[in-house]
This record gives sequence, C-alpha cells and structure tokens, in this order.
Amino acid sequence: MSETIFRGPPDGGLLIAPLDEFTAVYHRASGITHLLTEPAPQILAVLGEGASSLDVLLERLGRDYDLDDGTREALAARLEELVEVRLVERT
Amino acid sequence: MRHDFSVRIGPVGFRIGSDWRAPITELESLYRDYPKPHDGVADFTVRLFARRSWRRIIRPSVEIGGDYMLPEAAPLPLRQGLLAAEMAMNLQMALGARRYLLLHASAVERDGRALLMTGISGAGKSTLATLLAARGWRFMGDEFALLDPATGLIHAFPRLISLKNEAIAAAESAWPDARMGPLLPATPKGDIRHMVPDTRAITAMDTPALPALLVFPRYGFEPETRPVPPAEAFVRMTQASTNYVALGEAGFRALTGLIADVPSVAIDYPDGASAIEQVEALWSAL
Amino acid sequence: MVRAVSDARLLARALADPASIVGLDADGWTRLLTMARAEQLIGTLAMRLDGLPMPDAVNAILADARSAAEHGRRAALWEAEMARRALFAVDCPVILLKGTAFVAAGLSAGQGRSIGDLDILVPRASLDAVEAALLAAGWEWVKPDPYDDVYYRRWMHELPPLIHRDRDRMIDVHHTILPLTARITPNAAALIDEAWALGNGLSVLSPENMVVHAAAHLLADGDLAGGLRNLWDIDRLCRQFSDEDPDFYLTVMEAGHRHGLWNEVGRALRLANQIFGTPVKAYHSPITVKWDERPKDRWFRRRITARDGWGRPTRPITGLAFYVRSHWLRMPPAMLARHLWTKWRKA
Repeated sequence: MSETIFRGPPDGGLLIAPLDEFTAVYHRASGITHLLTEPAPQILAVLGEGASSLDVLLERLGRDYDLDDGTREALAARLEELVEVRLVERT
Repeated sequence: MRHDFSVRIGPVGFRIGSDWRAPITELESLYRDYPKPHDGVADFTVRLFARRSWRRIIRPSVEIGGDYMLPEAAPLPLRQGLLAAEMAMNLQMALGARRYLLLHASAVERDGRALLMTGISGAGKSTLATLLAARGWRFMGDEFALLDPATGLIHAFPRLISLKNEAIAAAESAWPDARMGPLLPATPKGDIRHMVPDTRAITAMDTPALPALLVFPRYGFEPETRPVPPAEAFVRMTQASTNYVALGEAGFRALTGLIADVPSVAIDYPDGASAIEQVEALWSAL
Repeated sequence: MVRAVSDARLLARALADPASIVGLDADGWTRLLTMARAEQLIGTLAMRLDGLPMPDAVNAILADARSAAEHGRRAALWEAEMARRALFAVDCPVILLKGTAFVAAGLSAGQGRSIGDLDILVPRASLDAVEAALLAAGWEWVKPDPYDDVYYRRWMHELPPLIHRDRDRMIDVHHTILPLTARITPNAAALIDEAWALGNGLSVLSPENMVVHAAAHLLADGDLAGGLRNLWDIDRLCRQFSDEDPDFYLTVMEAGHRHGLWNEVGRALRLANQIFGTPVKAYHSPITVKWDERPKDRWFRRRITARDGWGRPTRPITGLAFYVRSHWLRMPPAMLARHLWTKWRKA
C-alpha cells in the first residue's frame, strides 16, 4: 500500500498575515481567506518544502519544535482539517 | 431616458436616468454643490423607470435598474423617488465597486488622519460622525469609507446622510441650518429624511486621509473602552465590507494592513456626549 | 463622418475595430461602457482597448474591468479544480464548456471574458454517479420545486442546477448540448469522444465542436439574451482555430452537419461575419459553403444589437417573438403549452 502524500499550495500560492493567535491566510487559487490557529500555519510552512507523507512532515516539524507522544495523531487530525478546507490536497 | 442627472460623490461618478422629472429635480437641488463625474463619464448608471408606460402616470411606481441590479426588488411610490435613487446608488457601490475596498463605516478627519467608526445599524456610527463634524472634525461619510489598496488611505464618500425615525427630529434641532430633503414618511425603512453634508465636507471630498483609529461603538451601555484583538477586528471588518471577496488579493493586503497599522477599540456609550469624550480621549492618546 | 449609432453596433464596432473609439465624446463613452456592462462584455472591451488613448476616467473604469475579469478567471479555474477533485473517483470524461473551457485552454476567447457558472459535459450513463459525487463534495440543489425537477431530469440536457454550499457558486452538469425534447439531437457521444484532454483529468471540446456548441447555444437553446457575447466567442474561436487549420470553416460546417446543426452553425458564422467581420472562407468542394446574407439574418442582427445607451434591452416585440421561438425549439408544442400554463399558474 503506497503512503498518502499531502500536497500544499504551490510556491507563492498563499499570502500570510499573522494577526494575534490567529493568522489570516489568503489562498490565491481560490480567492478564499482562511483564519487559522497554530499549528496550521506551521504545517503549511513545512509542507511548502515539498509534498510529503505524514511521517516526513512530522520529522520536519520536529526540527523546529519539541514534539511529544500525541503529536502524530494530532498532526493527522490537523491535516484532515486542512484537506477539508481545500488548502491541502491528499494524493 | 427622459430626464437625467450626473453627480460625483468622492471619487465615484453616478449617472441617474428617470422616467419622471420629480426625483431628478430633488437630486439637482440637494446635490447642487457637488462636482460632476470626472471627464464627464460616470462610473455607474442608475435608472428609475416605470415597468409599464401607463405606470408613469397612474399610481406611479418607481422600479430601480442600473449596471448592477437585484432581481425582484420591490418598487417604490413616486413620492419616494429620491429614496429609490439613493438606494440604487448604494446598490451600485455594494455590488460593483472595485477600485476601493468598501468599508461599512462612517469616517471623520482631523489633521489629515481619519477616524473610522463601524458597526451594525443602530450602533451609532452615523450619528457619531455627524456629532463629531459639528465639533470641528471634517465629515467624510456616514455609510461607506473607501480604502485605497494601493496607498492605504481613506477616501471620503460624503453622500446625503440618511436620517431615520427619531434621528430626524434630533438632527433638525441640532443642525437647524442644514439643508434637508423632503420628509419621506412610511418608507420600507420607516420615516426618512436626507441631510446634505456641510460645505466643508463637500469641498474637501477629494482629500484623502491616513486611517489612525478604528472604533466599534455600541450604544446604550455604561461607558467602557477596550481594545479589540486584531483577528476579531479583521473578521468584523470583512463582514462589514461588501466587496472584500471581489477584490481578492488587493482586499486581503489592504485589510490586513489596516488592522496591523491602526488600533482597534470598542466603546460602549450611554449617550452622544459620552461617546465624544471617549473618542477624543482615545484620539489624544494616539 | 460616421452616422451616430444608437444600438449595440456601437459596442460591436469598438470590439471589432478598437481604433474606432478615437473621437468618442463623453456621452459616447458613457453609452459604450453602459452597453458593454449590460452585454457582459466590459472585460472584453477593456482588454481590446488596453493602451489606446482615452479619458482618464474611462481608463480607470476599464482597468477595474480587467481586474474583475482576472479575478473571475481565477474563481472559474478554481471551480473547475474543485469539480475535478470531486469527480476524480467517478472515472468518466469530464468536459469543460463555455467560458471556463476557454480560460482553461488558454484561448483568446477567454481573455477578458466574464464567467458565471461552471458548465461541464459528462456521459449520460455517468449522470447518477456524477450527481452523487457532487452532492457528497458539498454541492446542493438550487431548485427544490418538484415540477421543475421532473422537467429538468426528463427533458432538459442537464441536471437541475447545483450550488456549492460553502463557495456559493453554481455548477451545471450537461449530458448533451441541447434538451432531449429539442427537434435537433446532437451526437453527444461524438462530442465526448472527440474531446481534447487538458492533461489534468479535465477535457474541452474539440475546436470545431466548441464552435458548434456556441452556435447551438446562441440560436437553438436560448432567447438570444447574451447573443453578442456568444457571437464574440465564435469570432475569437474561429480566428484562432483557422490560424492553425486553414480549412477550419469547412471542418466546422461538417461538424455542424454531423450534429444536425448545419443551419444554426451557418447562421451563427454569417452573423459573426456581418457583425464582427469574422473572415469566413467559402468552399465549392467537397461541399458547397457560401456566406451570402440570407433573408432572416437582418432580423437576428436586430435582436442581437437590441440594447440602448442606458443598458436597456430594446425592440420589445422582437424579444417576445424570440422567447416563444426558443421554447418551441426546446419542446414539442403540446408540452410547451402545458409547461407554460403550469409555470403561469404558480407565478
């Protein structure tokens, strides 16, 4: 079974404006403005390095943040939410 | 069309055509000190027309048309033709404005800086703007403030001020010298009377201002002032803007820029005098 | 000295020959812009007139129109992408139609074009699966009225309209290009077989079928509302495709014949030639294709240019005649009477 790959918008496909604990994100392809809280902006940032699987994303996040045991499940759930609003594509 | 009239309000030029003389006569009178559209070419066209030719004369009923239309908008009786014209112009702005981000806010200016007041109907943004104008602020508009995405500046849109119900008597006594349109009783929105902004508002309409303070007023409460978190202010402003989505990227940059550069404050107030005090205090503290 | 034109020939001339706007006064510009808006052609006009000398106010208005068209283009492509994702698992051909197809394929007909709903063509056998997939992905029915629903499903060439609950945009799913009850029945399977793949899972009609569809849409399916924009589409498509295929006009007429739309395609091309100067080419073999004006062309031209400087449709009697005619084409007369009567009863 091949692994699910997650893909974010292409380079330059998002405009990002941090506000407070919310970040406003403009998705250029759709023209839709999203309000995201942590860790969604961070997830989109590491996805920007290239489409990848859940585990690779986890690794990238682990570079910059301290991750604890529940993180893999939490990341999967956050990715689902991003897929739901069409910011991330699952292939 | 049989009768027509053109006028410029701030940067926006309108051409109004009408099957009847009366609304045009009223518009010509109330807008007599306003300029004409740039280069003689209006940005938006509005039509006041009779659905059937005999409806021009028998129980005359004004339908609204123009570049941008809502289907099934109910017609108004001819005696409310002025209201029909104003509503039609608002509709063009709401549906068709692209060059500026339309903020549903009143605006006044002092020393080249703009104070914006936004909120639902009845929150008091219109009344507060006219009160501040009476105290020396330059009136920029009571309904729409235009934010230029290219410069971040606020442009005035000083259309006729639409007074409703109790506000009519209050305005008549507060500004006995103001020019007013006819009293329009029992419109779909209650009693309405239009007030012409003061001379200074009209002559200064082409001078933009740098936004400096964004206020969310709430009428009928004990005085209180509190900051509004940026994300909340951002969301409320997108809801308050009819063309945020249509402007796409430019709208996003303009609005996030406004929220980042300008403090957002909520004020609760029991009466006009209190609100003025609170606003002046906030302004001096900037 | 050109005689002042008071109908949409003013707009047609500006589109066909942009330099002709030199010398327009404020009143002329006002009428031209108002007509263009009313005909959904202001983005196109803005694109055609870009860079020509004009009053500042006009320049600003047209710049706004260009930016609105660009925004519309992105929104249309996004809708197509959303449909592609939703229908990925259905595994049937999905063919984009009309404005969205033009922009997705990068055609000159797409430049500046205003785009409304997303229109797609799918095989009739796949309709149920497509409907289910769209509903699962967040689209909802627009018309809950059961009579209209039955009418749509049995007789029209598309599913009842669907609108996406979050994005508030409509999608029209067609299984052929004319209603099943029309007197003309194009070969839907051939349209689908001959489609050109875009490479992302979506397709567009072949060049000649695009023109046939536009002609069908202009003359056989509607009441000629939006006719000028349709004709402009046809003009742009023909010019671009005949650059690549010198015998394109022959190919188009042959395609028209295959789909039972010979007269409609011929009339549409004649009108495009008469109004926009589309450089149609005549043939003697293998078939005879001639472009001389026919008696009723003038009647069609009058309807298509029936717009005044205030944006109002003019020539009302002609309009009514066209409305009746389009329904006659759509349904056999007995059904037409019943349908119109039921609609009138409920109004």
